[in-house]
Amino acid sequence: MNEKSKTLLVMDADAIRKAIRRIAHEIVERNSDISRLVVAGIPTRGVEVARRLVDHIEEIEGVRPDLGVVDVSMHRDDLSIRGRLTAVVPTELPVDLDGRPLVLVDDVFFTGRSCRAALDAVSSFGRPSQIQYAVLVDRGHRELPIRADYVGKNLPTTRSEKIRVRFGNLDNVPDSVSVVKTEEA
Amino acid sequence: MSGWTRKDLLGLEELSAEEIRLILDTTRAFKGVGQRSLKKVPALRGKTLINFFVEPSTRTRTSFELAAMRLSADVVNISVGASSLQKGETLKDTALNLQALQADIIVLRHSSAGASRFLSERLEASIINAGDGAHEHPTQGLLDTFTILEKRGKIAGLKVAIVGDILFSRVARSNIQALVKLGAEVTLVGPTTLVPRVFEKLGVRVAHKLDDVLETADVINLLRIQHERQRKEYFPGLGEYVSLFGLTKARAARLKPDCLIMHPGPINRGVEIDSDVADGARSVILEQVTNGLAVRMAVLYLCAGGAGLPS
Repeated sequence: MNEKSKTLLVMDADAIRKAIRRIAHEIVERNSDISRLVVAGIPTRGVEVARRLVDHIEEIEGVRPDLGVVDVSMHRDDLSIRGRLTAVVPTELPVDLDGRPLVLVDDVFFTGRSCRAALDAVSSFGRPSQIQYAVLVDRGHRELPIRADYVGKNLPTTRSEKIRVRFGNLDNVPDSVSVVKTEEA
Repeated sequence: MSGWTRKDLLGLEELSAEEIRLILDTTRAFKGVGQRSLKKVPALRGKTLINFFVEPSTRTRTSFELAAMRLSADVVNISVGASSLQKGETLKDTALNLQALQADIIVLRHSSAGASRFLSERLEASIINAGDGAHEHPTQGLLDTFTILEKRGKIAGLKVAIVGDILFSRVARSNIQALVKLGAEVTLVGPTTLVPRVFEKLGVRVAHKLDDVLETADVINLLRIQHERQRKEYFPGLGEYVSLFGLTKARAARLKPDCLIMHPGPINRGVEIDSDVADGARSVILEQVTNGLAVRMAVLYLCAGGAGLPS
């Protein structure tokens, strides 16, 4: 049995930049005190989206929100069915998280389980005044009652398709979001 | 393809450098958990861990127990005096009973080399070796390596001296495995009776004078003289041992200013190490203990995940 895969580019570097820029504007619009805001990415590529969001927010408002990292792997409920594990990235959040608004950031929004795990992880660090959720791509297929506050692109997919996000500074290829379809030939 | 796929941790000999690095990277994340106000994550919620210590231990058992608790596992401790081994049950039968109680992870300390491998081949539960005879003590080797890496930022090229009772030391064997794989230059130091040249086959150097390595070592790891195991004939007496291999104040003064002084504990003050040196600024002995907890969390987490792979 041969497996063939077909890759379809859905966002190029310019589209990704514009989507992140728009989300940055929306975050600024919804959060009056940017100096208190914390923007935290979910590893690996959510951290890169978060970093770029913080850059754009600083450009727009002249104030740079605190940037953080929220590891979710220790907080997932599927450890024993995940199989091959990779190294856990340490969580980095400002010590004074209590009472501050937090934007969690991920690259692809799928089942919602990463977001649930991130909410759980954050609660062991402190009690933000509110938690918002920003994603570069929403591909659907939620398994939990969780929604995003900011979406770069809605991308209806089938479950068997994969979304591949690549960033130039991490992957040494141009920024892109693609749908990978695997077909049995 | 990289990643962790093992259900057991039996020793560092069978691990690749890449697997050791993955454990050390994961340890860094789990060390962060100990610095939070809420020092607990749900990764092993619903799992049962049994600390099965057929040889006495306080610090390793406590460290594994706390590590499991911080991962939200349920923990039961069985020690030698309380186990049915005293009534003549075999190790295998005792372990099968633990498995019948649906233990997911068994942490085993045993006086026989290979005891944890023996169980891993017969049980579905994850087996973590917490010391098997004079063979390996992998989590100690990992925590020592992690401590060096954290303090010095690298392992490759560092000159590490391991001093003392090497012949019977599982700590030394696990340290050698990890450090050599990551590119350190390891020298074993001790009397010929405790450090035979045959160790050179592991890719290390052997020296019989502590004074020869003092000025060049980046790390000096002092092993405990195991009174309880040591036969009298291996060296003339403690006094002579101290005069030749003890890290006295005078010897410590000749070390590089940034040389790390390590000891797996429990320390014999005035034997392997002078009190002042053990409590001095270059000593990282208590940091080793803190790091041990993080290493054990990382190992339990990875092996619990590795157990989910289809075999």
